Amino acid sequence: MALSRFNWRSRAESVVIPLAALMVALVLFGIFCMFGGKNPFAVYAAIFKTAFGSWNAFQGTLLRAAPLMLTALCTALPARLGLMVIGNEGALVLGGLGAAAVGLILSYGSITPNPAQLQTTLGLAPTVVQIGMALGGIIAGGIWIAIVGALRHYRAVNETISSLLMNYIAIALLNHLVEGSWKDPASLNKPSTFPIPELYRLGNIGSTRIHYGLIYGLVACAIAYFLIQHTTFGFAARTAGGNVKAARIAGLPVGQLTIIICFLAGSSAGLAGMVEVAAVQGQANASIVAGYGYAGILVAFIARYNALAAAIVAILLGGIINSGGALQRSFGMPDATVLVFQGLVFLVVLYSESLYGRFKIFKEPEIPLAPPPATSSAVPV
Amino acid sequence: MSNRYIYVSRRQVIRGLLATAAFGATSKLWTGCSSSPTDTASTSGTSGASPDADKPITIGFIYNAPKDDYGWNQAHAVGASAIASIPGIKIIEQESVPETKEVQEVMRNMIDQDGATVVIPTSFGYFDPHVLEVAKAYPDVQFLHCGTLWKEGLSKNIGSFFALVDEGQYLAGRVAAQASKAGKIGFVGAKPINPVLRNINSFMLGARSVKPDIKMQVIFTGDWSLPVKEADATNSLADQGFDVIAVHVDSPKVVIETAEKRGVLSSGFHSDQSALAPKGYLTGTMYNWGTIYKKYAELLKAGKTLMDGGVPHQFIGGIAEDYIGLATFGPAVTEPIKKNVEAAKAKLVDGSAVVYKGAIKDNAGAVQIPAGTTYKVTAPELTKMDWLAEGVSGKTS
Repeated sequence: MALSRFNWRSRAESVVIPLAALMVALVLFGIFCMFGGKNPFAVYAAIFKTAFGSWNAFQGTLLRAAPLMLTALCTALPARLGLMVIGNEGALVLGGLGAAAVGLILSYGSITPNPAQLQTTLGLAPTVVQIGMALGGIIAGGIWIAIVGALRHYRAVNETISSLLMNYIAIALLNHLVEGSWKDPASLNKPSTFPIPELYRLGNIGSTRIHYGLIYGLVACAIAYFLIQHTTFGFAARTAGGNVKAARIAGLPVGQLTIIICFLAGSSAGLAGMVEVAAVQGQANASIVAGYGYAGILVAFIARYNALAAAIVAILLGGIINSGGALQRSFGMPDATVLVFQGLVFLVVLYSESLYGRFKIFKEPEIPLAPPPATSSAVPV
Repeated sequence: MSNRYIYVSRRQVIRGLLATAAFGATSKLWTGCSSSPTDTASTSGTSGASPDADKPITIGFIYNAPKDDYGWNQAHAVGASAIASIPGIKIIEQESVPETKEVQEVMRNMIDQDGATVVIPTSFGYFDPHVLEVAKAYPDVQFLHCGTLWKEGLSKNIGSFFALVDEGQYLAGRVAAQASKAGKIGFVGAKPINPVLRNINSFMLGARSVKPDIKMQVIFTGDWSLPVKEADATNSLADQGFDVIAVHVDSPKVVIETAEKRGVLSSGFHSDQSALAPKGYLTGTMYNWGTIYKKYAELLKAGKTLMDGGVPHQFIGGIAEDYIGLATFGPAVTEPIKKNVEAAKAKLVDGSAVVYKGAIKDNAGAVQIPAGTTYKVTAPELTKMDWLAEGVSGKTS
């Protein structure tokens, strides 16, 4: 009975505490602005206006949020299994490479098409090529982080360290390929792969300037949430994350779980790489290494590894990034101001984690036990 | 009991440290800075190209790294400040903008929110696809990109400007060769791609024009901004007895400072780094973007635009146009060296001497520019250069 009751108090707790933390961060930032001689309320208004103030402004926010949703999952999913994976940037890069390779093969029949091949495409439908690129990104990114999971499970290599170091390998691999065997000879000053034909790139949603990466991000977050919270697979993963010994004793396949979750995590970031290649850059080059992976780690932390919350936090962070430039140009604040704001948000939210379960108001009232049967005579025989 | 609210578990601390480190690593993503506080209210929402009498022309500058980087971006920021005080011109700036959708958003914001009618994105990688896309959406706004990428058939509102550094590097090479006692010059480069190779080769041609047997060792770090590797490369060159170190990375700061610490001479690039190495700095090629920006400012103030053909779609030049120059000479550059370099510069300016005069061999002995052939710095053949000149140790791949 008590188990099936909707636990609104703890739900409220997980909404109220982050919101309160955000408020505290805003107040601290306001004090910081006052020391800089700026009116904090004018600054708040500017942040709000440039990030969420109009549909046009909000598009900029969503656009910046899109890759963060996907890269956040790369940290959020393994965290439910008790793993701290920070290889988001590397998985994104691999995903970008995979997508570019598949896209070029499906377009021209080769990653490095010769001039004759460049004249005509193979004539596949755009949807086919786009799905191919997405799969290329998903598989390449997925395998990259699955390696981290396998190293962890079979060789007990610390997954945080290995995934961090693999970021550098991924970036080196990208540079090696785009400056070497995959290079488009026409890209002299900025070595890149051959460009994906315009026809096969991901467009924008309707008449907005937001690309389809946002839809991918929202869908991926929803799927991840469902998978973790509402399936036996997710339950098994959370069990293993809670107590790996107990999970083993219960007969859960911890190794499989680790590798599958890591694959899914990497494939999310890989998909972000595909979006960067297919919707933004049109080719793979060093510009896809833009820090989205590392920003995704922050999103996952603030969202407390909840995939749905990650989507919301990504939009919030997208808004802060969006307001950054305009804030600087309008208020003439020093470069580091926006960093200070983000740092404050981040630290306060992290601190607020220690407050969970400390407020009585969010505790479920004790359910009174039924009084013991009074006397045997009361029960009719 | 009060301390249970400030109790932080070990896991919490580790997580916090990790996150803070990650946060620092992402600082590239967070954008923005401005030197000129501006009132956006009066200009928001307008994007007309023709200037009113009372409304200044707003020019938005976008940099890909901090504008005080002692390198590429600082050179542009110095140029921008040269036109900031011109009446009728207002500049806005944003720094550390990555070459992603972010730069498209920054361009849009400058136009929509700050009323910029001219945008100057200064990083090479901003062009394709970012400038191309935004230029389509704002046909009345002029986009002046720093590079050589403009070509016939692009949107009418796109223009390119660029400065060719070969002559500056040639002269810097002459200075370096005369200042070097060991006859060995080190060079720290980013990547073996055309602009860097041209830079190295013209430096070497200059050096060999005064000391034909001088040697050069190139170390490529692999990317435009890798401070640790740049310091390592500089140290290892100093260890091996190279007594002049030249550089082509995004910001020469680390190389110049490291060379100074090691007591070797250095030759800079992009902007003036003489303040970083008061003893060992020789000189270096310096961009004079201000020259180009002033030209643009005058044309724009006269109401001319790219669209009506009043503003040329391309400004490309070198030392004769004063688009580049040499940075302040350091104390190691003696009077005779200065005289020698001034004379060589005068010849380059009046066209009686050129940097690329055949026969020029590559470092494997093959003739790359045959005898009797000379190339001006604007020659299209030079953009295909993929070799290192004779006397340079290093590989292009």
